[in-house]
Amino acid sequence: MIRKTAVQMAESLAQGETTSVELTQAHLDRIADVDGKVKAFLHVDAEGALAQAKQVDEKRKSGEKLSPLAGIPLALKDVLTQKGIPTTSGSKILEGWRPPYDSTVVSKLKDAGVVIMGKTNMDEFAMGSSTENSGYGPTFNPWDLARTPGGSSGGSAAAVSSFEAPLAIGSDTGGSIRQPAALTGIVGVRPTYGAVSRFGLIAYSSSLDQAGPFGRTVLDTALLHEVMAGHDPKDATSINAPVPAVVAAAKSGDVKGMKIGVIKQLQGEGYQKGVQTRFDESLKELAALGAEIVEVDCPSFEYALAAYYLIAPSECSSNLARFDAMRYGLRTGDVNGASAEAVMSATRDAGFGREVKRRIILGTYALSSGYYDAYYGSAQKIRTLIIQDYAKAFSQADVLVSPTAPTTAFKIGEKVDDPMAMYLADVATIPVNLAGICGMSLPAGLADEDNLPVGFQIMAPAMQDQRLYQAGSALEAALLSKWGAPILDKAPALGGSK
Amino acid sequence: MSSLSRDEVAKLAGLARIEMTEEELVNLSSQFGMILDAVARVQEVDLTGVKATSHPQPLENVARPDVVLPSLSPQDALSGAPAQEESRFRVPQILGEAE
Repeated sequence: MIRKTAVQMAESLAQGETTSVELTQAHLDRIADVDGKVKAFLHVDAEGALAQAKQVDEKRKSGEKLSPLAGIPLALKDVLTQKGIPTTSGSKILEGWRPPYDSTVVSKLKDAGVVIMGKTNMDEFAMGSSTENSGYGPTFNPWDLARTPGGSSGGSAAAVSSFEAPLAIGSDTGGSIRQPAALTGIVGVRPTYGAVSRFGLIAYSSSLDQAGPFGRTVLDTALLHEVMAGHDPKDATSINAPVPAVVAAAKSGDVKGMKIGVIKQLQGEGYQKGVQTRFDESLKELAALGAEIVEVDCPSFEYALAAYYLIAPSECSSNLARFDAMRYGLRTGDVNGASAEAVMSATRDAGFGREVKRRIILGTYALSSGYYDAYYGSAQKIRTLIIQDYAKAFSQADVLVSPTAPTTAFKIGEKVDDPMAMYLADVATIPVNLAGICGMSLPAGLADEDNLPVGFQIMAPAMQDQRLYQAGSALEAALLSKWGAPILDKAPALGGSK
Repeated sequence: MSSLSRDEVAKLAGLARIEMTEEELVNLSSQFGMILDAVARVQEVDLTGVKATSHPQPLENVARPDVVLPSLSPQDALSGAPAQEESRFRVPQILGEAE
């Protein structure tokens, strides 16, 4: 049952072949079986999930009209608040905190009857590309437990790829949905900036952060996208426009005559051979389906990584000032007339991990007087050039494509002491965030040299998210008929029940 | 090669209100040169006449009608407080010495 797609599960529920309680219990059993190895979850709310499932079953029994994903279980990245449920953003500074309110994404999930099973592990405050920066220990890649699942939404990606959940939610500031989706062989979408409300999404870099869906198929992912997106008056940057027709696009999957632009700067040197090979093959599949492949030039992308590692730390140094030991979260050193400032400094030392401190200090430096123009100011101008590169490229192509990540999943510990090597994992995903547009990663096969999943990235202009699903579902169908079975059938069984 | 001394890191840590051990200061200082060199690449580009982008979308001020909507109760708002007193957050002393 747990290996079905969300669409198949929804059909089984509608036909009365199973109940949401049974479906949820099957996934909770799977979590109990394998999460000791994968460590995707920080908190499992079995009781709450089963209560939610029971409610949906009762509504269905009474003939109430339900949303397409009603009764389907889901894993939620711990960056989103859920009322009364421990929410940490992967940080010790929030250990034990139970938010007094639901994020808008959670409210929408609840309204749609989606069953939230628990909170998933992540790099602390979403800062990282491997989930090793979590304050609660790493998550392990179900394809090879010695490797990382990518990050920062590594827990959500690992949960979906290990069949602990058919769907999950992540957030993507520099690639944190797309890169782990690529490294675990699933589908992940970063919607257009402003398409999904950030209310209750614990902020890292506010001009880049965006929550989005994970699934094992393009259509499953589209269904979740449609549930979570939409205008929200509680988020001043939320786009007041209809949600793009992503589900319809995922069902159509026609790329005849579509112009697909290959970004010259995001391939070749620095990309693992097996990654490049699977990417090139996928392009051939799209061409065979009638798409027109063109090459586009985005010269400023060469500076995207540098700009990102100034903009994101600068915004984070400001955003994380709220963790001040005064209103919620950890407080240490509050003894014998210690000053508020001393308590604050001691708490932030004890509560923040290495990478978070590194980025706060880098951001503080980049924003300090005397350096502001040279660093933060220049980075903001590079951002303009990247937006212009995209505008030009999208005048030549409907969607743009690249490998999602330069390599397949890397080993736990391999890059943890080398920040620059770790930052390079996001080299192909970051431009999307800087421009505020949308991107998808979907599986393109396994690399020959290590038999690990390779991600194919599709990018589309702001609020044209449906194009991702249109091209994505076409490629997915072509590859599925070539492989004969979904890619996750090749992943190890993890010793749990199937 | 850029660099940032241990004392400069200590000053930034003070501004960011993060107490750091000697080991952390030395470690960060040794990593910073490499990171600064990498991010300083933004200065290689001729940016004359290029406008800065602070946000990917044209932002407009958003206002709502001035009516009272449901909000957190004081009890809920205080539910995560490390310390509280008389329905308020209790904080360590902020104005010099204790009374």
